[in-house]
Amino acid sequence: MIVIDAVTKRYPDGTTAVDRLTLEIPDGSITVLVGPSGCGKTTTLRMINRMVEPTEGRVLLDGRDIREAPVNALRRSMGYVIQHAGLFPHRTVVDNIATVPRLNGADKRAARRRALELMERVGLDAAFAKRYPYQLSGGQQQRVGVARALAADPPVLLMDEPFSAVDPIVRKGLQDELLRIQADLGKTVVFVTHDIDEAIKLGDMVAVLREGGRLAQYAPPAQLLSAPADEFVEDFLGVDRGIRHLSFFGTDTLELTTEPIVTEDATAEQFGAAAVPETPYVLVTDAAGRPRGWADAAVRASGPLDGPDGELLPYGHAFTVGRDSLRAALDSAVLSPTGWAVAVDEEGRAVGVVAQESIAAAIRGAHRAGVLR
Amino acid sequence: MSSGGFFEVPSDLQNSWWGLVGWQVELTLVPVLCGLVIALPIALLCRRFGWVYPPVLGVATVFYAIPSLAFFVFLIDYFGESSVTVGIPLTVYSLVVLVPAIVDGMRSVAEDTRAAAEAMGFGTLRRYVQVELPIAVPAVIAGLRVATVSSVSLVSVGMLIGNEGALGNLLSDALNYHRPLLAWDAVLSIAVIGVLLDALLVLARRLLTPWARKATAK
Repeated sequence: MIVIDAVTKRYPDGTTAVDRLTLEIPDGSITVLVGPSGCGKTTTLRMINRMVEPTEGRVLLDGRDIREAPVNALRRSMGYVIQHAGLFPHRTVVDNIATVPRLNGADKRAARRRALELMERVGLDAAFAKRYPYQLSGGQQQRVGVARALAADPPVLLMDEPFSAVDPIVRKGLQDELLRIQADLGKTVVFVTHDIDEAIKLGDMVAVLREGGRLAQYAPPAQLLSAPADEFVEDFLGVDRGIRHLSFFGTDTLELTTEPIVTEDATAEQFGAAAVPETPYVLVTDAAGRPRGWADAAVRASGPLDGPDGELLPYGHAFTVGRDSLRAALDSAVLSPTGWAVAVDEEGRAVGVVAQESIAAAIRGAHRAGVLR
Repeated sequence: MSSGGFFEVPSDLQNSWWGLVGWQVELTLVPVLCGLVIALPIALLCRRFGWVYPPVLGVATVFYAIPSLAFFVFLIDYFGESSVTVGIPLTVYSLVVLVPAIVDGMRSVAEDTRAAAEAMGFGTLRRYVQVELPIAVPAVIAGLRVATVSSVSLVSVGMLIGNEGALGNLLSDALNYHRPLLAWDAVLSIAVIGVLLDALLVLARRLLTPWARKATAK
């Protein structure tokens, strides 16, 4: 466990970057420091590996003041990933990753073997091993940065806005990769970001810092969304925190109905029989059960048709039962012109549909159960 | 006695044309290499203790302002009419070019890269030698190119120090024997050597910095 104990950092010009901050960072989980620029989050992170020394207070690692150990030994026991990866331009990918094992005295062959293992772990093809950083995209460089930080198998991983400089699609990929790696390795990760969505997605615990380096709230993300400590946190979370909170709830309480679902080769009679009182539409699937779109049941039941009447209304996107959250289900219903969300299984086959009204009822139910405050 | 061809060197120089060329290259490169060997520790000191750099730069500039001839004449008292007398000023001039080239090259390492090195537990000296210096290689070679080209032409001034000027000695013979062709020989040969040495340095940079291909192609 890392304990930041009443730490203050004041600079000679009088600015206070961090103000009496106390945080207990649990082992084996991701703790995110989030806040606007100037809130001291990077300074706090750098006090953990002594790139910045606190003016007051102390930092404890497993109960011992980090100043007791030699500084370079401390740093080699903590992986570090920064915004633009900060790779060594004059070293190949494999040698970049092998840096810390080499510093620790591993021989070149063993260090390179280890580096190749890590490339696989972070999803980099071994063909990149002999390339230089300038030959990689931003996302690939960042993967190398993560691999380099993990190379000596440090118990602690410090990450300073590691995914901020890449485009949103690459960023999502890197975030998912980090969660996957973390599920395997269970490092103690301290992650700095200014992006509250990233904090909520990645954090087991989230510390919201405000200007002047003061702690505004330290809580698990769901609690942050349901019970922001004050107006600053509420503002920082943004206007759609209610919707975002729904991403912490599963869809297993939703009542799906399979009644208004027909395959595309259904007869007029079958269309008529599938219609339910709540909606004039039925969901049409292909022979394998994958959703195609919505059709007007009354029109289809009145006989064979062609032309525009035969076209299907789009269903937006489906949500996957057991994997996606209530937020995804609601989004699916909002996107669908019929107001009904389509639920699919892992293979993409429609397993039911659910109306906006039923999803709203499920949210009300969650409120009543006290899980959504 | 024939008036001699382009590559026919008067016998008083006790050297063939090729001999003079080899001598010229030696008188050029030895001071530049000495300059590099001395510049490296000075540059590391300047990098480690920032306050050392401005006075070092100041002293170096003063040295650079001394005319080479005055420098040579001063050194004759100590080293006589020898290649050492020629080599010392050239070494000093190389230093003046190389120290800032190395220091500025090391300083230009990206902040992210420097922070990453620090965070990974590089000691200061190790960071200079294993990270900053290799990244400064293109800047260092740029400095070597300037030092080499100025050295190759300054060597010829050595002819005034008891014929210690390699190809430059042809210039005095051109005057003494009224053979202007010898002057052309000296000037063109020195120029060609300068261009060739410069090309070798460019080649060396390419071989040493495969990681900078894109940057140097710009």
